Formats: sequence, C-alpha cells, structure tokens
Amino acid sequence: MLSQPTAADPVAFRAAQPGAEAWVSALCSHPTWSPVQNALKGIAEKMIHSLFLINCSGDIFLEKHWKSVVSQSVCDYFFEAQEKAIDVENVPPVISTPHHYLISIYRDKIFFVSVIQTEVPPLFVIEFLHRVADTFQDYFGECSETAIKDNVVIVYELLEEMLDNGFPLATESNILKELIKPPTILRSVVNSITGSSNVGDTLPTGQLSNIPWRRAGVKYTNNEAYFDVIEEIDAIIDKSGSTVFAEIQGVIDSCIKLSGMPDLSLSFMNPRLLDDVSFHPCIRFKRWESERVLSFIPPDGNFRLISYRVSSQNLVAIPVYVKHLISFKENSSSGRFDVTIGPKQNMGKTVEGVVMTVHMPKAVLNMNLTATQGSYTFDPVTKVLAWDVGKITPQKLPNLKGIVNLQSGAPKPEENPSLNIQFKIQQLAISGLKVNRLDMYGEKYKPFKGVKYITKAGKFQVRT
Amino acid sequence: MLSLPPVQKLLRPKSVVGSDVAKEVTSPVLATEAGPPTCYSALRADELRPLAAPKDEGAASTGQPPRHDDLKEMLDSNKDSLKLEAMKRIVAMIAWGKNASDLFPAVVKNVACKNIEVKKLVYVYLVRYAEEQQDLALLSISTFQRGLKDPNQLIRASALRVLSSIRVPIIVPIMMLAIKEAASDMSPYVRKTAAHAIPKLYSLDSDQKDQLIEVIEKLLADKTTLVAGSVVMAFEEVCPERIDLIHKNYRKLCNLLIDVEEWGQVVIINMLTRYARTQFLSPNQNESLLEESAEKAFYGSEEEDTKDAKAEAASLAKRKPYVMDPDHRLLLRNTKPLLQSRNAAVVMAVAQLYFHLAPKAEVGVIAKALVRLLRSHSEVQYVVLQNVATMSIKRRGMFEPYLKSFYIRSTDPTQIKILKLEVLTNLANETNISTILREFQTYIRSMDKDFVAATIQAIGRCATNIGKVRDTCLNGLVQLLSNRDELVVAESVVVIKKLLQMQPAQHSEIIKHMAKLTDNIQVPMARASILWLIGEYCEHVPKIAPDVLRKMAKSFTNEEDIVKLQVINLAAKLYLTNSKQSKLLTQYVLNLAKYDQNYDIRDRARFIRQLIVPTEKSGALNKYAKKLFLAQKPAPILESSFKDRDHFQLGSLSHLLNAKAVGYQELPDWPDEAPDPSVRNVEVPEWTKCTSREKRKDKVEKPFYSDSEGESGPTESADSEPESDSEESGSSSSSGTSSSSSEEEDEEEEEGGSEEQSEDKEGEEEEEEKRKKKKEKGGPRKASPRSVGSEEEEEAEGKKVKKAAGPQGKKGHAETSSEEASASESSSSGSDSGTEAPTVVEAKRRKVIPSSKAGPKEISLLDLDDFTPPPPQPVPSSSIISTSLVTDLEGLTLTDTSLAPALLSPAFGAVRTYELLHRMAGEGLSVEYCFSRRPFPGDPHMVAVQIQISNNTDAEVKSLRVSEPKLLAGMRIQEFPEIESLAPGDTASVVMGIDFCDSTQAANFQLCTHTRHFYVSIQPPVGELMAPVFMSENEFRKEQGKLTGMSEITEKLTLPEKCRSDHAIVQQVTSAANVGRVPCGADNEYRFAAKTVTSGSLVLITLEWREGAAAQLTVNSEKMVIGTMLVKDIIQALAQ
Repeated sequence: MLSQPTAADPVAFRAAQPGAEAWVSALCSHPTWSPVQNALKGIAEKMIHSLFLINCSGDIFLEKHWKSVVSQSVCDYFFEAQEKAIDVENVPPVISTPHHYLISIYRDKIFFVSVIQTEVPPLFVIEFLHRVADTFQDYFGECSETAIKDNVVIVYELLEEMLDNGFPLATESNILKELIKPPTILRSVVNSITGSSNVGDTLPTGQLSNIPWRRAGVKYTNNEAYFDVIEEIDAIIDKSGSTVFAEIQGVIDSCIKLSGMPDLSLSFMNPRLLDDVSFHPCIRFKRWESERVLSFIPPDGNFRLISYRVSSQNLVAIPVYVKHLISFKENSSSGRFDVTIGPKQNMGKTVEGVVMTVHMPKAVLNMNLTATQGSYTFDPVTKVLAWDVGKITPQKLPNLKGIVNLQSGAPKPEENPSLNIQFKIQQLAISGLKVNRLDMYGEKYKPFKGVKYITKAGKFQVRT
Repeated sequence: MLSLPPVQKLLRPKSVVGSDVAKEVTSPVLATEAGPPTCYSALRADELRPLAAPKDEGAASTGQPPRHDDLKEMLDSNKDSLKLEAMKRIVAMIAWGKNASDLFPAVVKNVACKNIEVKKLVYVYLVRYAEEQQDLALLSISTFQRGLKDPNQLIRASALRVLSSIRVPIIVPIMMLAIKEAASDMSPYVRKTAAHAIPKLYSLDSDQKDQLIEVIEKLLADKTTLVAGSVVMAFEEVCPERIDLIHKNYRKLCNLLIDVEEWGQVVIINMLTRYARTQFLSPNQNESLLEESAEKAFYGSEEEDTKDAKAEAASLAKRKPYVMDPDHRLLLRNTKPLLQSRNAAVVMAVAQLYFHLAPKAEVGVIAKALVRLLRSHSEVQYVVLQNVATMSIKRRGMFEPYLKSFYIRSTDPTQIKILKLEVLTNLANETNISTILREFQTYIRSMDKDFVAATIQAIGRCATNIGKVRDTCLNGLVQLLSNRDELVVAESVVVIKKLLQMQPAQHSEIIKHMAKLTDNIQVPMARASILWLIGEYCEHVPKIAPDVLRKMAKSFTNEEDIVKLQVINLAAKLYLTNSKQSKLLTQYVLNLAKYDQNYDIRDRARFIRQLIVPTEKSGALNKYAKKLFLAQKPAPILESSFKDRDHFQLGSLSHLLNAKAVGYQELPDWPDEAPDPSVRNVEVPEWTKCTSREKRKDKVEKPFYSDSEGESGPTESADSEPESDSEESGSSSSSGTSSSSSEEEDEEEEEGGSEEQSEDKEGEEEEEEKRKKKKEKGGPRKASPRSVGSEEEEEAEGKKVKKAAGPQGKKGHAETSSEEASASESSSSGSDSGTEAPTVVEAKRRKVIPSSKAGPKEISLLDLDDFTPPPPQPVPSSSIISTSLVTDLEGLTLTDTSLAPALLSPAFGAVRTYELLHRMAGEGLSVEYCFSRRPFPGDPHMVAVQIQISNNTDAEVKSLRVSEPKLLAGMRIQEFPEIESLAPGDTASVVMGIDFCDSTQAANFQLCTHTRHFYVSIQPPVGELMAPVFMSENEFRKEQGKLTGMSEITEKLTLPEKCRSDHAIVQQVTSAANVGRVPCGADNEYRFAAKTVTSGSLVLITLEWREGAAAQLTVNSEKMVIGTMLVKDIIQALAQ
C-alpha cells in the first residue's frame, strides 16, 4: 500500500500520510483544535459522520462532513481492503479501523464510503447510501463521476438536506426536488445569464403535510398514469435441463403525472399470486391486508410502487431451453463448443433480446465459432464470451458452434462454465398477474391509464 | 426568548480579539495577511490538481498557494450573481477537500444575504469552518438568533440547524436556549430540528445532559410522527440508560410506528427491542402453555365452563403460567406490517426484534422478508446473509422452506457465495442433506477456488453433524484427492484429516491413499496434515509410515516450516512405536532440524530429542514420552463461525464485526420478574374514556381471566389504537390551528385550508340539521350519533338491550335503553344533544330493522349481529356479549318452540364479523359484515348478510348505497335500502340478501357514498350457504341412505383435548356451518342437518367419536363441492 510519496502523485502522497492517530495528535497540539479532540474521544457520536466518493482508480473526488472533519487518510484502510479483495465486488461493505468504521457501497463505478464512529445498524447506512446514489441518478440522469463533478454544488446541497447531524432528514425525491431543483439544460443556460439559482424560491410545504412523498401543487395538462409490471425469472437450470430453482421476482414501476392530490386504487385479477410484497410507503397497508387492493396517493413522477415475489412453490414457466455440449479434450489444446437455444413455454409470445454470456475457464485462449444467428464476441483477456442472439424463431433455432483453443500444455479445465441467459418477452407477465382496474378518487379529471407487462430473465443460469 | 445580550456578553471577555476580528472583516486585505500560517502548511499536493467544477481556477492555479483574492472581491461585490458564483466555487473547493478557511471573514459577512441560495451556501461553509475560526463565527450568531424568531417555520428550522451545527463551545448557552424554545415550537418540523440539535449540543458539551434530558422528555411526549424518530434518536445518543422516560410513551410509539418515516422506524424499533427486554418476560420460558394461549383466540366463549376447568388444571400444574404482557403483544403486532417495508434497514430491524422478542412459534414470519432482501444490492445481501447465518443456527426450521433461495450462482461475488454456503450448511439436516450435497457437488467444480475450498469445508461440517452421510462425504472427499487442482486436494486433505480423527480405525485405506499423495501434493498445510495423520495413526499403517519418513527426511531442507514441524512430530512418534526401523532416520531428521534457520524448529528438535532419546541426563519425563505423544486426542469440532453470535443484537454493527463496536449497548437479558406494567398506563384526559375502558376490562377479565390472558393483548390494543389515533388527530388539528393563528406568511396556505375545512364542516352541519328535521318528519331512517372507539362496546350493549326489547314493543325497556345510549353519547362526545337523543334513538330503532315489518314477533328479529364487537379483535369481547345475551334471552318468550335455546346459542356465539371496508381504506368509513344466519325476509334463497356501517369521519356521509354489483351468472343480490345520511360517529346496521347460488364465489359490488365508490366483495364461508333443517333420527337415516357413494365424503380426524366434550363438538360444528342438530340415540355420535339456501339440497353431517381422540366425520350431500369444503372447514374448526 505504501509507495514512495511524491508530490506529483496525489494518491501515493495521500497514502503515505500518517494514519488517523498521528493526525489527531497533530491536531491536538494546536490549541484551537481542542473541540475536535473532545468530539473524537469523549462522547459517542452516532450515525454517519462523513462521506467520501471514490472512483475506480482510487481518487477521492468528493468529501462531505456532517460533523467534525475526518481526514481523508481514513480512506487508506479502504484502499487496503480494496487491494486485498482483487475484485470490486468483493470489497467487504464494512471495514473496521482503529478509530472508525467504514461502510461502503459500490454503485456505477463509484465507491460511496461513509465513516462511522459508533454502533449503528449497518443496513441503515447501506440503505441510505443507496438512496443517495438513487437521488443522484434521479437528478443528473446518471450517477457517474463526471455528473457528480459537474454538479458538485447541487450534490453538496443535496447531501446537506438529506442528512442532518448524520441522521437522515429528507430522502424523498419529491421533497428534495422542491428544495433543490434538478438541473436542466435550459435552466443552466438561463441561470448563467440571469444569475438565478437552482434553489427553490418558495419554501416547500411538503415536509409539513401528511403525505411527505408528494409535493404540493402538481399540475399537468395531460394527466397520465402508467404502470409497468416487470417480472424477472430467476432460475438455475442444471446440466440435464431440469430446473433446480426458479422463482419470479416482480416489480411494478409507475410513472404518474396527475394533477392535484389523486387517490388511486389499483386492483388485480389474481392478487393471491403475490407471495411476498414490499411496498412504497404511500400504500395503505391495511387496505391491502383486508382487500388485496393497492390504495395510495402516489408520489409525483417515477417510483417503484411494489416489488413482489411469486413463490417458488408455484411452478414457474421457463420460456427457453438450452442444449449445450461443451467439452475439452484431454491432452490436446482444443475443445468443442455447441450451444442451441430454443423457445419453451413462452405462452405464444416471441422471446427476444436474447443474449448469452459465458465466463470461459482461464485456460481458454481463443474461440473459433460460427453463429447461425446474431453475433458473438470473445474477450481473450476477461475470457467472456457474449452471444447476442436477438429474437428466437422456432423454425430455425439459433446455434453457436465451433472450436475452443486452449493454452497448450495447460491441463484440461475441470469445470464447465455456466451459461447466463438474458431475454425479454413483451406483453406478458409470466406469473399470470393481471391488473384488474385502476380507479382514481379525489380529483375530477379523467386520467389516461396504461399498463404494460414485460417478462425478463433475472439471474437465469444454466449449469453445464 | 432569545435576545442579543447573551452574545454580547459572550463576546465581551474576548473584546480584544473581537475588535481585531471586526477590523479583519472590514478590510479583506488585512485578513489575508493576518490569516494563520497553519492554513498554508495544511495545503496538500492535491490542491494543485485542476478543479473540475468551476471553470476557471484563476489565481488558485498559478502555482503559489491560493489567496483567493478574486473570490474575495466577488464576495464583496453588490451583485448576488457574483456572490453566488464565488460561493459555488468555494463549496466546490470544500467538496474537493481543499482548504478554504482563509476566506472565512469574507464569507461570513454574507450570512445575512437576502438571496436564499447564497445564504444556503454560506451556511454550508460556516458549518464546515466555524470550528476552526470560532471568534469570527460568533459574528454570524445574531443572524441565526434573528432567524429563530422568523415567522416562517422553515427559516426557524434552518437557523436552528446551522446554529447547532457550528461546533463552537462558547455558544452552548445560546444553543441550549434555542433548543428549549424550539422544542415547544408550534411547528412539528421545528420540533424535529430541535430533536436533531440535542445530540449535537450534547457532543459539544456533555455537562448539559440534565437539561437536555428534560427537553427529550418533553419531546418524547410529542404526538406527531415527524418528531418521534428524531427524538428517539436523541434519546439513544444522550441518555439510553433512562429507560424510564419511555414508559409513558411506549404505547404511543408502538401505535405511531407505522406512520413514522423509514429512518425513524429503524431507530425506534431498535430502542423498543431493548426496552422490551427489560420490561417483559421471556415468551419462551413455557412453551406448552404458550401454544395453548395462541389457540385460544379461535374459541368462542360458550364453553367457558369446561375450558375454565381445564385451564385451572393447567395453571395448577405450572405454578406461574406465562402470560404475555399485552404491551409486549402490541409491539409485536404493530411491527409486523413493517416487514413489508421497501427499506431493508426497517425489515432487518423488525426481523431482529422478532428474533429477540417473539415467542419461538412466531419468529418464522420474518424469514420470508429476509429472503426477499437477498434480491437487493450485494451490500444488503452481505449484511442480511450474515444475520441469516446467525439465525439459522438457532432456528433452523425457519429458513428451511427457503433452502433453494440460498443456492449459489456462479455470478455471485465470492463473499456472498461463502455466506450462502454457511447458511446452507447450517440448514442441512437428515432430510435435505442429499439435495444439499448434490448442490455442493456442482460447487466443487466452480472456477472460484476460494469458494471451492469453502465448499469442501462445508462438506466436512455436514459430515460431522450428520452421521448418516459421514461415509458418503468421506468417499466424496477422497475422490477429490485426485483432483487436478492442488488447492482442492489440499483442502480435502485437511478436512479428511479432521473427519478421520473421529473414527480412525476403519480408515487405514484412506490413510494409505493419502500417504501416496505426499509425492505430488505441494501445499504445505496439506502435507502437514498428511504427516500428522500418518504419525498419529502409524500403528494402522506400520509399513508405510517409515517409508514416508524416509522420503520426508530427504526433502526436509526444502520444506516449509509447518511441514518441518510435522516431520519432526512424525519422526518422534515413529521412534516411540517403531524405533527399530526409524531410529536412524529420526536422528537424521533431528540433526537437520538442529541447524535449521527457524528457531522454532531448532527448539522443537532439541526438546524432542531430550524427551524421546533416553540418555543418562534425560529427565524423568522420558518414560512418559509415549503418553505425551500418543495420547488420545479429541476430535476437532467443526462448527459454524456464526455460532453464539446472537449474543450481539442482530442487525447491529457489532454483530457484523463479531466484536463490540464503540457505543454498542448490550441487549439486556430477560428479567426474572416482570417489572410493574402499570408504569405504561397513560392517563387519558377524557374521563369517560377511562371509565369505559376500565369497565370493559373488568368484564373481560372475570370470565376469561384464568385461561385467556394471552388475549388481553388484543383487547388492550383495540382500545388503545383508536385512542391514540384520536389523540393524534386531536393534537395535529390543534397544532394546525394554533400555528395558523401565530404564523403569518407561509402559514397562510395552511390556514386557508383549515378555515375552509371548518367552513365546510359548518356548512355540512347545517345541512345535516336540515336533513334531520326532514327525516324526523317523514323518513323512518335516521341513525343515532355514536361515539367511536372504546365506547363502541358499551354502546353495542345498550343497543342490544334496546333491540331485544324493541320488537316486543316494551316501551319501558326502550326508554331505558335510549337513556343509556344517550348518556353514553353525551358523556363521550360532550355534546348537548341530550334532549334530542331519545327521539333519535327511537328513530334509529325503527330504521335499523327494515325487515321488522315482514315478520314481527319472530326470533329472527333479534338483531343479534349488531352485538358483535368491532374487529379486528372480535374474540375476547364476544364473551361479554354472549353472557349478557343469555340474560337477555331469559326475559324473552319465544314463540317458535322448534328453536331450542341449545341450538340457538352456539349459532349466536359463533357469529364472526368480517371486514368489508377498513376504516383506513374507506377514508373513515368502516364497514363490517357478518352472516346473521336467519332467513332473508324477501327471498328464502338468499343468504342474509348483516352489514354494519360506521362513519368515523368528521363529515356526514350521504346516500350510502350499493351499486354495480358484479356477480357471476345466477347470483343475485338484494341491496339494502339506501341510507340517506350517516352522521359523523354514527353507525347504521342494514341487512342485504345475496343469492350465492350455492357457491363460495365472492359477490363483488360497489359501496357508494355521495362522494366516493368503494369496491368491496363478500365471500361466504361454505358453512353459511345453508340453513338448518330439523328432522328426526329416522328421517336422517333415510335421507343418508339416499346420499351414498359419490355423495358421501368421509374423513378421519383426531379430536384435540379441548374438543372432547359434547358441548365443544356441537359448538365447533355449528360455528363452522349453519346447521341444526339432529337428535341421536347413540352416545358418541353427533348428527347435523341443513339445506343449502339456493337449491335446497340436503347436507347431512355425522360425526362419530371413537375411542380416545379418534373420530370420523361423514358428510352426505348432493353438492359434492360443498361437501368437500364443508368437511375441510369442520375439521379445521374441530382442530382448533
């Protein structure tokens, strides 16, 4: 971890700085720092202390402190763990350091590292950090390093509003948008000319209402409510093609643009299908319990209404099957690869957007394949084979076949790779869930209502 | 109130500094020069990196330490836009972690800027640097003090927020004042901010603790959901030990919980977990009794005598039967819905609460929600799996149904894979081990070698835990020894070593096989393990062992230290057992070791030589050498690293790290004796509420005391919930109005709203008044105003008396009842309508039973369904009803003699209310229904459904009616007559008829008011689709004879102990279905008969009670579907 500190290399320079303890003692020697010392060792401070955003190359590109300042050097412990983990996915979310605890998440190539000083439920912090990332996504369209850097002032204002003294204050996007307007191209142009700001001129009232998730005074000329029922099939198919595990995970994402304070109720033809449901806070739980109707005053804009699971006890229709033959010959530097994908139980709909990705064993040097449909790529560095199949037509089943070149001299790979399949089926909820009707109360106008069904592959894996 | 003097006072001692500061502020040039040199030395190399956000770095990037002169100029300008630009750049610097402290004087001047955004950014700056420049920061204080008095609540709140975030010890008194002030602010938002400020002040100056606790105490009593989470947070940070502060607020917190925002929920739930551990008894101390009490909820109240006797016996057997505190139950019940939160932290909080507090039988509910979280982000998965791993050790059964959800995908990150493996291993038992092992088999071929190693260890653990599969596992592991991957082999060797230690004698073959491996295997740990095995069991492989030693001696110098140590070990053991063959080899090895680089090995060699090679000098230990080396060694225990981790509160950081984190509060153990539960009683201001509840409690307790304490939980909440609701609404409305009176600008909207509302109300009231008059003239339908919530009970009784008397036409009775009703009404609502009440009530009596004209003087006139208590907890209170019902019935002369009381009472006792429209869903309108089990007057083919509508809103509900029934073919519905209006707090009861066509399909229709439509549906239990018929035993036999073969359904069952009396059986059957008992000659046979309502097909039920608990149930009916469903329902009823 420690390299020669040079002023030219900021990362190394920072890494070489003394640890937190040394830093504290350095501060304490200065008379004006006494309160910091007090805060550090005296009294237990809870919840989130500081936040650092770190990109993949290890630069800290944003820091925010809600309490006294914590030196960046605390991140060295994180870098150490990151190095040890090799893969970004394997960085432990909670790291214990001598004076702090670091709880981090990894989202969109950014590490959100929060500094904690005392006991706190880790999920509390993790969930909050994800909420922060969601908010950035919501505001800037993407949660990337550039977007954050370009909007650093808004980011700062957001963080200021979202957390007070390390405790979440306003995390609902509708409220935040009232406090801090999201940037738009037009507004940034206007702002730069007139010098006006992103901060709302009028102070929000939403925080004070009974429905904290909806902002007040919403007005649309076209009143619309759209619901996307998206179901994902998680499955593990074993070598012989039988299903080891299958389950349907669904969500209903809504885009609601309705004026005023509409009160909606959404009912299903077959609510009993939903085995385990989690709700947006706007949903009246008791109504669901008693009648299986989703009754709610919606937030404005896009949000996830519910997510649900259709239990594995129910039989799950598997829309595709895979015939595969992958073998590596003993004592020769080649192997065979032959995969066919076909439709199965697809309820008469077309399976489209089919993509197969395979992590080939390390011994594979190259692959020489021909695809009857679509195109394939093989990355010799990451050993990932990706085959973009497209639509499956039952008349001519897509097939990918050819030779696998192995490193000469290397032993035959023990394991066969598993195939990860993605697909999409439009206008079908594979569980059979159907929205019965949507009613609106409380407002006079007639909204436009739309429901869309999509089935996708979730974590769909075929073992070979 | 706050005023300026304190600041001046504070500033005075520092007057010298202060004047300097003033100078600095006025002349920025001076300020830079006077700027402390520390800020330069603090500069870092990354200062030199180009700034991303501001377009021009200007002076800052010229190479010299930045002086920010341009920024200062901009800040001093008159234009807001320039100031804003400057502030944005400064904030960007802060975000980058650069030092901008030298700008402090220039920035702090702008704290009073009119522009909101500039102001906000100045606040950001202040909070960041005030600590470093305390004297200058004081200049800004007066601005905040002014802000604290602003009429706009948001400005007040933000002033307090910033003021409390400036960590300058000198302003502690000001902060204290400000917090106290804000804690009694009218705006809940400001109070919330005050709660947030408490821990900030506490961390600044812990001497303020006592005063802060006072504020916390005050805020804890706050009734708004907005404040609850924040103040509990403050409580947890400042005075978590003052658990006594919670007592009075406990029930309120429980009831408010679902409406608190997500983050607050987590904090409150965690606090309540700790609270409950100190205040309640462990629910698992007496499990058998517990189960019984859980079942009691299903019982009707008729068989009290028998049950009383039994319960008494049970309580005699156990001197102190466990009785769950109703408050304990309240907590469990109110947190359960939060398992469906979208927030993983909330779900986890509830899960840990259940794990630590719930009776064993109930903990299972959390499994499903936790498994759901496994679909979330990988960090969430990681934390949840850690907790599941701990839970799955203690409560394996809980997660067993979800076994497959823990199956591993090749795309999971390794840390997730290993945790899932841990859970799978914990879940393994005799029944599922084969599936798990098959699954493990696929894992072993994974590309992820760390994961493969973990899998092998998992197999080892399965093998030790489940004796049945030990050999299979061992064979599998031995096969792995020929794996190409060295890591796999090595791990297998290590695990096999551990397994062999359990039963070494039978496995010399495996040891031989492993001995051969020493030629190939290079992983030190594996080599060491093999050598240890051979040494330990050298007597089982006498021929091979010396040979292995020979080979090892040859390669000794090239071995790793750990291997060398085992070589020495092996040599020593061989020397002791087989000195003839190995004496020289041992000497050789010891000589090599003597000159090893590692002192550990040199020491060991010296020690062993002394011990085993007998010389004159060697001590007394020599003769014990064999005992020392070849002692029986206990087999290692392979156990989960998550074992016993549950002594940390689940979901906590400490649990995750398996080490006590700073500030972790130990979860206290259950107390042996429950502390006084009365501390949680809250005095309710309204006198009537109190008395009515007490009255009811008395009633409940007397008949039920000994056997159904478990139920008092539901009762408790039944009254505490509406109570708190009303309190809440009361407080919020009052705060709303009061704030509107004092606050001007921004409150205007709100005020307008509330005014409008009150106007509306007035208007409505007027209208209502008019309508009342109208109705009193002509319409027979008029509902009496009724109090909500806890009075309902009392009221119901009143009504019952009234109704019982009503049809009989006994004037006197009716009068007393109406008096009673009016008394309760006037006392509860405090309205002055006392004089009006009797007429109203009378009107209501006329209205309530529209069917009264159809058949007067019939028992069916008794509007019994009206007696049923309000859901959601109908059971306990039904006892009151039925007991008083008996007395009511005594005074009646029954005209219809065919209806024996014996038949009646079970039917009545069993009336169950179902919810048609919940109060929340119906926006204050709550509708319940029940099957009254009497013929529907208009149409004999219809099932009569009694519907009770209560208006809990504060507005009148008009034109209540049924519309747009959506029915299946053949089904018909007879709507109840439209209710023209229902006053607030009033309840109306009507009857409608539905012809279900002898099917259990639901009847869907809309319930309309003048403003809203509610979709509702009524689904009948199969037992309600029939009406009792009376026949003799012979008739019964004859009819039964006709209905054999396909029409006969027979099912065997075992009667639970409580159901082994005539009374209980009859009770349960008649509660499950609307059937009449047929007299029967045989002793242990019970017969019932009924006809389906629509088609009139006979349904005959026979229950034969054989020896002990065995019984056989036969149902004969043409309608096979009904027959099958009925059998199911009856068996279920009997099993309860």
